[in-house]
Amino acid sequence: MNLSFSEEDLKFQDEVRSFIADNYPAEIKNKMDNGIPVSKDDILTWQRILSKKGWFAINWPEEYGGTGWSVTQKHIFQNELADANTPTLVPFGVSMCGPVIYTFGTQEQKDRFLPGIINNDVWWCQGYSEPGSGSDLASLKTKAVKDGDHYIVNGTKTWTTMAQHADWIFCLVRTETTDIKQQGISFLLIDMNTPGVEVKPIITIDGSHEVNMVYLDNVKVPAENLIGEEGAGWNIAKFLLAHERTGIGGIPALKREIRRLREITSELPLGEGFLKDDDLFMDKLNKLEIDLLAAEYSELRTLAAMSKGGHPGPESSILKIKGTDLQQGLSDLFVEALGYYAHPFMSEDDLISNEGRIGPDFAANVMPHYLNYRKVSIYGGSNEIQRNVIAKAVLGI
Amino acid sequence: MDFSLSEEQQLLKDSITTFVDKDYLFDIRQKNIKTDLGYSSDFWKTFADLGWLGMPFSESDGGFNGGPIDLMVIMESLGRGLVVEPYIPNVVLAGGLISRLGSEDQKKELLPKIISGEIQMSVAFSEPQSRFDLNDVITVAKKEGDSYTIDGYKAVVMNGPSSNNMIIVARTSGNQLDEKGLTLFIVDPTLKGVSLRNYSNVDGSKASEVTLENVSVPASSLLGKEGEAFTALEEVIDLATLAISAEAVGIMEKMNEITLEYTKTREQFGETLSSFQALQHRMVDTFMAYEQTKSLLLMCAAKLTDKSDDSKKAVSALKYQVGIAAKHVGEESVQLHGGMGVTDETNIGHYFKRLTTIRAIFGNTDYHLKRYSAL
Repeated sequence: MNLSFSEEDLKFQDEVRSFIADNYPAEIKNKMDNGIPVSKDDILTWQRILSKKGWFAINWPEEYGGTGWSVTQKHIFQNELADANTPTLVPFGVSMCGPVIYTFGTQEQKDRFLPGIINNDVWWCQGYSEPGSGSDLASLKTKAVKDGDHYIVNGTKTWTTMAQHADWIFCLVRTETTDIKQQGISFLLIDMNTPGVEVKPIITIDGSHEVNMVYLDNVKVPAENLIGEEGAGWNIAKFLLAHERTGIGGIPALKREIRRLREITSELPLGEGFLKDDDLFMDKLNKLEIDLLAAEYSELRTLAAMSKGGHPGPESSILKIKGTDLQQGLSDLFVEALGYYAHPFMSEDDLISNEGRIGPDFAANVMPHYLNYRKVSIYGGSNEIQRNVIAKAVLGI
Repeated sequence: MDFSLSEEQQLLKDSITTFVDKDYLFDIRQKNIKTDLGYSSDFWKTFADLGWLGMPFSESDGGFNGGPIDLMVIMESLGRGLVVEPYIPNVVLAGGLISRLGSEDQKKELLPKIISGEIQMSVAFSEPQSRFDLNDVITVAKKEGDSYTIDGYKAVVMNGPSSNNMIIVARTSGNQLDEKGLTLFIVDPTLKGVSLRNYSNVDGSKASEVTLENVSVPASSLLGKEGEAFTALEEVIDLATLAISAEAVGIMEKMNEITLEYTKTREQFGETLSSFQALQHRMVDTFMAYEQTKSLLLMCAAKLTDKSDDSKKAVSALKYQVGIAAKHVGEESVQLHGGMGVTDETNIGHYFKRLTTIRAIFGNTDYHLKRYSAL
């Protein structure tokens, strides 16, 4: 057993760290550090900086523009990105649709779609959930009916993250009604500019517009946009669920945030001293840090197994549950730290204009973050579904 | 031993419940909280007409002689309706201080107007460093001849924006953390040197940051004796803690009902959510959290009514329990609603937001656990 990084890994870590220091735009960093929402352009600017360096599609095979990094290097890279508080990379193209296309697509589809993803010319969103199909994804009803060399698509997708920015959507659609609902599902790419595609915002309890309804009304989609065979959609969806599972717990970002909260306890006045003098609060912070350490080393064990050629199995559901528990727990501790100053509401617009904050500087997005983070135990396969996966696939019950 | 309500209390409960169910509709509330005022002045008038604003005041002050149990009944019912109208800041906080400490003139001038809903008031007790400690006051008032000059800063003053009068807690002697030396002043917020920064809270209520710079007030604006405000302030905040705990109990009861109903209708995997045992157990747990809190609420209301020796301890026990249960019930209700629970259009998320702010108002679990241990 040796739990430290090799000389080579440490050198790589330095290289990544200095690249970020030299290339992370100050304006975006300022927004990220001060809780000002980043724009679509900010996200694209940062992703393009990584693309140019060849560090964007890090998990892709080298032949498609990936890095060829070891599992440890990828881990180091993601840690450094989070540590520097860079914008979260939007996963829909690079981590989801891209891998599906290079794994299941035809040569023509690869040539057509992969460059747009890796160069950040095309923004993708994910059309999975429907109003009646949340945890029970396979019950989806959006229909695609073949009509000559096209499909005619009708249905409604929901919780579509950042659909308002998207150029394309990858959808699970029903091409056949079968007794077994997992059959008859297909994976279809749809240009958001096609007539009949309509995006309506869903405002969440933190007052932000992140998710949307996407209505598909007689949308005419060329048959060449089908990935894999008709009816292969469920297998592709399962592939996607198993893919890219490391990092799902958001542990590097949690480490950064808990460090920040610890700093804050030395700055927040409490009586004649500071919040750090409050033993009950510090107990909670320390307990959470221990829990985070356990999750971090669980993730490292998974990574180590992968670097020896293993695949992240259903154990990654543990990382999803623990990671999201920790994200929610930490967001709540930030709220507790602020006392009454967690209550004033700043809208997204107030935050963008960054004027007239109330209370401590960091306070403005603390409550929105807590409220918004109720989603993390619901999305990406709710934590109830993840527990079912562990029970079935790990414990064998 | 009898936990049941009196006939009058039952009537009061029924009357508020009817109002909440028939008139205080969620969509109307959502429209009202987006206005500048932040609530409905018509509803406020209704509260006055039905006698709810006068409940805790003595008959000689124009009220109905209601006690902590009546207050509990009112707030529990208002909680179920997610009522945002500022009952606690006006009636419990400002009204409570004036009825306890006010001169005959002050009572005659202000209490009838609070009871009739004519004026709005607030109490500015917290400061950026004070967190939940009522004794922690930096704002100072210096006596100069027949007047006082106030300088300081008050944080997150509930109902500040609407207030015609504010009761300011200031220090006239002693050190930052001393209980002795605290003095109350009734201050008109339009006075020279008072500036308000008004805003909405996440729960839809309104609040202000109040800066006081060289504010000169006459000695007649003093409420109670100089330097002796702490005891009454603590007593009133304790009563307000009971009130907001009752509101939380009403909210939790309602959230459990809404969630249970939702799980009985929402289908996944060909079955209603309520048919999954894993979810049934969680709803049993949130139900028990509500029941446990309700029990302490009743205990606390009884002890405050009896002016029992350990009533402060009962208040802290209750608010600690409220903090624990509010987090549990609030978060679970949203989770069991899935994505719908985090949307602005669904009521459950708004109940959750109010329950979340209540966790901190008048002291969070840490504060009350420490106070309980120390008492």
